[in-house]
Amino acid sequence: MTIEQIYREESGRILATLIRLLGDFELAEEAVQEAFAAALEHWPTEGTPGNPRAWLVSAGRNKAIDLLRRRACFEAKRDELARLSALVEVVAEATEESMVNDDRLRLIFTCCHPALARDVQVPLTLRTLCGLRTEEIARAFLVPLPTMAQRLVRAQQKIRDAGIPYKVPADDELAERLDTVLLVVYLVFNEGYNATSGDVLIRRELSSEAIRLGRLLHVLMPESAEAEALLALMLLHDSRRDARTASGEIVLLEEQDRNLWHRDQIAEGLELTERALARGARGPYALQAAIAALHAEAKRAQDTDWHQIVALYELLLQQQPSPVIELNRAAAVAMADGPQEGLRLLEALAERGELKDYYLLPAARGDMLRRLERWSEAEDAYRDARKLVVNDAERRFLDRRLSEMRQRGGRKVPAR
Amino acid sequence: MQYLLLIYDQESQWGKLSEAEQGKMYQEYGDFTQSITKSGHYIGGNQLHPVAQATTVRVRDGKKLITDGPFAETKEQLGGYYMIEAGNLDDALAIASRIPSARFGSIEVRPVVPRGEKP
Repeated sequence: MTIEQIYREESGRILATLIRLLGDFELAEEAVQEAFAAALEHWPTEGTPGNPRAWLVSAGRNKAIDLLRRRACFEAKRDELARLSALVEVVAEATEESMVNDDRLRLIFTCCHPALARDVQVPLTLRTLCGLRTEEIARAFLVPLPTMAQRLVRAQQKIRDAGIPYKVPADDELAERLDTVLLVVYLVFNEGYNATSGDVLIRRELSSEAIRLGRLLHVLMPESAEAEALLALMLLHDSRRDARTASGEIVLLEEQDRNLWHRDQIAEGLELTERALARGARGPYALQAAIAALHAEAKRAQDTDWHQIVALYELLLQQQPSPVIELNRAAAVAMADGPQEGLRLLEALAERGELKDYYLLPAARGDMLRRLERWSEAEDAYRDARKLVVNDAERRFLDRRLSEMRQRGGRKVPAR
Repeated sequence: MQYLLLIYDQESQWGKLSEAEQGKMYQEYGDFTQSITKSGHYIGGNQLHPVAQATTVRVRDGKKLITDGPFAETKEQLGGYYMIEAGNLDDALAIASRIPSARFGSIEVRPVVPRGEKP
């Protein structure tokens, strides 16, 4: 493994461990960077150590001691230095997988603390737990690098100065705090999965990091059925990743080549969904996982159990009323009861105006009109969607539909 | 760590309470103060007179400027404070959420810079 690969795999874990050992976010971050700098210096000539993680944690700890020594007011830091020097023996134990996972769990609750703004919870989680570099995060969120760097620095300062703890919250707060953590993980996943723009490789990494965090939460908090459901949901969506685009164009679920779906992920996702539902999970992740499971189980698009999907959307709407979920339900109704029914729901939704800037509303309308062979109306709807779309893959899809509608519309003109 | 808990609420609402309701409120505050004293979190705290009794002073170019009223007009006014000792922000937030005014006003939780350190 190259040092770059080890950085990718391990830097988040080493940081989590050092934060616990040092009790200081910024010092730990600096120590991680210095430890990797030391690795770049030594490993090429001396060879990669047998346990790179332990080596890096040790090096990080030593660098932290150096950093503290170099800082002013040595006297005040003497106790701290004595404490750090005593840590020599614990490094081996501290780098065991189970300890590291506990550190990571504590840290994710810190990064997702409600005292931090949402717009920094996600980047901070990526930076701290997933080892993404600030440049990569800035690119993924389309924020200038200095803005993102400043946001992260401020968050770390708040963690230190306001005393945001490194711990899993007490039982009476756990459920609520876990909700935020699950939401942040889900946002990381969606940021990667619903490519709105940007670098494909980084997006791929965001989704797989979210799945890794989802696994961590599921393993360390097995009592949470919602955490299980979230992992299931992410696995089921991610299983379709290779079928979702073809030659740079988004491919609708019903037109996807189902042979490209990752069967191992589907099997795991289905099992987790079933278990979470059996344990009484009925939250948004469980219901969405159940919907994704119904899609995954259908061998062909036409085998999909749309009536059950409609029922699940109804439940989801009761829990979190949202025009986007209403739109999804309308699309499912169109499949279950015919496009006429779907159109009726869409029109009511469009009148309320909440989704007037959301391209999927006219795109769904176009799709229903297309099924009804009302070509010119469908063409108008796709054109409306085209004005609102921001993503290139989705724009290309609409362009194809538009030209199809024009052709079809043309064919309706009777031959001479 | 020390935290200053700043209690903001609408002064005008306080005037609307009946005497019995005000008495109940004081009783609740008394119980709360006693409980955080027992648990060792309490350092200090006071209710403040309304902003009508506030005076603001500024010194510009060596000249003292004194004006009637608070520094800024806000919807909620600073009505009191507690200074507490707490292990971390979660503990401080748990204590702040038990302040009676938290139910209708809001409590700003500010970490205190330890003496001799820079923020």
